[in-house]
Amino acid sequence: MEGSIALLGFGEGGWGPSIASGVLVTVSLALATLPVGLAIGFFVALGKQSPERSVKLAANMYTTIFRGLPELLTLFVVYFGAQIGIQKLGQLLGYQGTIGINSFIAGMFALGAVFSSYASEVFLSAFRAIPKGQYEGGYAIGLSSGQTMRKVILPQLIRIALPGLANLWMILLKDTALVSAIGLADILRQTGVAARVTKHAFLFFGAACMIYLVLAILSSFVIDAIERSSAKSGAKR
Amino acid sequence: MTESFINARPATVMRPPAPPKKWTRSRVVGHLLVSLWIALLAGLLVYLYSAWNPELIQKYGPTYLAGLKTTIGLVGSSILLGALISVPVALGRMSKNRIASSIAYAYVYFFRGTPLIAQVFLFYYGLGSFKPQLEAVGLWTFFREAWYCALLAFALNTAAYQAEILRGAVRSVSLGQWEGAASLGISKFVTFWKVILPQALIVALRPYGNEIILMIKGSAIVALITVYDLMGYTRLAYSRTFDFQAYLWAAIIYLILVEIIRHIWDWLERRITRHLIR
Repeated sequence: MEGSIALLGFGEGGWGPSIASGVLVTVSLALATLPVGLAIGFFVALGKQSPERSVKLAANMYTTIFRGLPELLTLFVVYFGAQIGIQKLGQLLGYQGTIGINSFIAGMFALGAVFSSYASEVFLSAFRAIPKGQYEGGYAIGLSSGQTMRKVILPQLIRIALPGLANLWMILLKDTALVSAIGLADILRQTGVAARVTKHAFLFFGAACMIYLVLAILSSFVIDAIERSSAKSGAKR
Repeated sequence: MTESFINARPATVMRPPAPPKKWTRSRVVGHLLVSLWIALLAGLLVYLYSAWNPELIQKYGPTYLAGLKTTIGLVGSSILLGALISVPVALGRMSKNRIASSIAYAYVYFFRGTPLIAQVFLFYYGLGSFKPQLEAVGLWTFFREAWYCALLAFALNTAAYQAEILRGAVRSVSLGQWEGAASLGISKFVTFWKVILPQALIVALRPYGNEIILMIKGSAIVALITVYDLMGYTRLAYSRTFDFQAYLWAAIIYLILVEIIRHIWDWLERRITRHLIR
């Protein structure tokens, strides 16, 4: 028992520092993916509820593809595909060296694509929950369609979509564990290295699970706080 | 009075509204996006056609098929096993007994709060460090195999999700249904089986379908613990040939698989909600 604490600790021979750096990588990857995924997801949702058939088709194709592919495969396709693509581009421009892709950026794009396709569904159902009268009211007092979207619809939309998005955040946090497969030094990668070196696999992978649980619990506190503050600004019904 | 009122109307005649524009901005954007998709898909087809290598297909085609069988077998058996485990877990979650409900809650929280890949590693590599103890009880032959470890981890994971689906669905049936059946003197078990479950399954059908799709997608990670499923053979083919089409074929197969399930589920849902359509 004391041995396990020493192994996980920050002292001599402890793996604490490397695991802590892994936590930092995991959290920063999830935080970096979130705005990308939210922005793309919002626009895809706008496309899906557009009366124009071609926009709807393009948006639906996006979600069908990224919701149908395994996340791990998306990650590999983005990582290796971008590598080959950039290599080809470099050769075309006369550059002969090898170009590596940052696995953090690749992970951000792949997870962002998956997140956004799920987020678009959440946004879409939130859009449907807002009555048409809200738009009409906005137009009636002379707001342009952009202003109506920003000042009338968006604040309500976020409030309705928040629980769904919170769910997606939890899924995103868990999906970041997959980037360890393309060599990013996240929690799972660092604990895996420690497990291989020390032969205490159960201890370290158990610790990894516990860290993910703690991250989930911490995020649920933050989400609760956001939900409370957004509910406060809503109209009393 | 009326006459002057009529005369007060403006002389200009209201024009009919202009005919709707044929090419609105959203229409242009939409056509651009769709043509972008078409160009991408056409590029994919052209690439796959130009990279078509009969030798490669002959060598790796059968392995992909074997991998697909492994994937389907693994997902199918873990879903069924998970469904079995989920029943006691869901009962525990709904139970009034504090101990049972908190154990079930902790189980569900652990398996839903940690990544599936970490659970699989925990079972495969982690239980390997208890080799002497497992050998002593004769379970080592089970935990030595990556496939069984994956099956166990997947089954326990999906059981946690399925338990929540089941609980939500049973909760969605109103209490009056229980009371109505009780007033007819129907036993609790028969009430559950004949009254509650048929109504709950309608609610649960869609989440169950989503869970199967999530498991199919999640099963790709077993490739990381040396199980040769579809993803495993894909990685093998790529590491030997460095031919990117290995991944593209896998993507196409996964997409087709998921779309098939999705369409079956749409059909199922239409079928079992026939009586609700007016």
